[in-house]
Amino acid sequence: MRVTIWGCRGSMPTPGPDTVHYGGNTSCIEVLLDDGTVIVLDAGTGIRRLGFELQERGTRRIHLFLTHLHLDHLEGLRFFGPLWDERVMLDIWGPPSPLSSLQERIARSFSPPLFPVELRDVPAQVTFRDVPRRQWTVEGASLAAALVVHPGPTVGFRIETASSSFAYLPDHEPALAGAIADRSSDWISGASIADDVDVLVHDAQYFEDEYEDRIGWGHSSVADAVSFSRAVGARRLLLFHHEPRHTDGSLERLEARARSLVRRSEVQPTLAREGMVVELP
Amino acid sequence: METRRQKHLVLILAREFASNLATPTLIADDQGRLIFYNEAAETVTGRPFAEAGEMPLDEWTAGFAPRTLDSEPLPLDRRPAGIALYERRAAHEQFRITSLDGVEREVAVTAFPLFAHADEFVGVIVIFWRE
Repeated sequence: MRVTIWGCRGSMPTPGPDTVHYGGNTSCIEVLLDDGTVIVLDAGTGIRRLGFELQERGTRRIHLFLTHLHLDHLEGLRFFGPLWDERVMLDIWGPPSPLSSLQERIARSFSPPLFPVELRDVPAQVTFRDVPRRQWTVEGASLAAALVVHPGPTVGFRIETASSSFAYLPDHEPALAGAIADRSSDWISGASIADDVDVLVHDAQYFEDEYEDRIGWGHSSVADAVSFSRAVGARRLLLFHHEPRHTDGSLERLEARARSLVRRSEVQPTLAREGMVVELP
Repeated sequence: METRRQKHLVLILAREFASNLATPTLIADDQGRLIFYNEAAETVTGRPFAEAGEMPLDEWTAGFAPRTLDSEPLPLDRRPAGIALYERRAAHEQFRITSLDGVEREVAVTAFPLFAHADEFVGVIVIFWRE
């Protein structure tokens, strides 16, 4: 399994000289399985460059998993090259809603006045599926999705092969449901997704003092990200969904803060960075 | 893929909601297992949840000898919690209990089912209104 970060910024794209190192594109991760299966997690603006790469490789089958439909996780889809190629089969999976189908909700962003082309007119062969409540398989991988604490229907994903596991919780505020360290893991949002995982990508948008003014916005402080990682027994934590106001320098301070919170026996957390590749056995 | 069992997100949020209420509130899962009650409910139960732990609703309520206002025994399936659990609809009822302090009290109880999706029942919330 090879995990590539194509976008790790939260909330809105932030191009510019202050964000060159960690990147300004919003959430998008590619998980390439050993058999060549391409799984894409979220369609933030990072998916645009991934699209060029997939076209270059000649990829014709893509599985896109959306954690939720907030703009920073969807806005790149309209500029995802494979969507405009009739030879491509694109399966889009996302959280169910009691009000409207996944296709109807995505179609809103493909309609006037937001966009000139209707979703039904895109050339690729697109299917829309609600994520199942029980684990399922895609090619050689087992997948699981579960609702997590974030405004609106939002899921986290776990991808597991015979030899490794990966969890993706980019927008997650587990502390809103009570102090993480005080709870058994069965009472922690997202615990079943991240349990004992090899690599955990988790929301760490704020320093602790910033979080105090943003409780309930659906994101975590760096301290809560570390607490969550410890509570679920994750072996490696990647800090994700970087606050748009955070420059490369402030992100490095955030990483230092995370590292100050871990114990000697724990692996030091790392900032997710655009272009970062994580190889799993 | 085998991972630790986790309570449904709706129950996790319900617990946090209940723990911030001054109204006695308890939560049961879809199997009728009492999984939490708040501090306010301790005035009815006589002990904190951390001490009591999880248990079947029926086992927990047996200690209070619930009965109608005419002193007829009131089984779980006729009480609001049981109606919410078995019939999956909201219910409200006044009845008598004997508190752990031995005092007979009249209580009003409201219970309603929790659905994560229209076809996904995850548990019930039960609220006590002491008369």
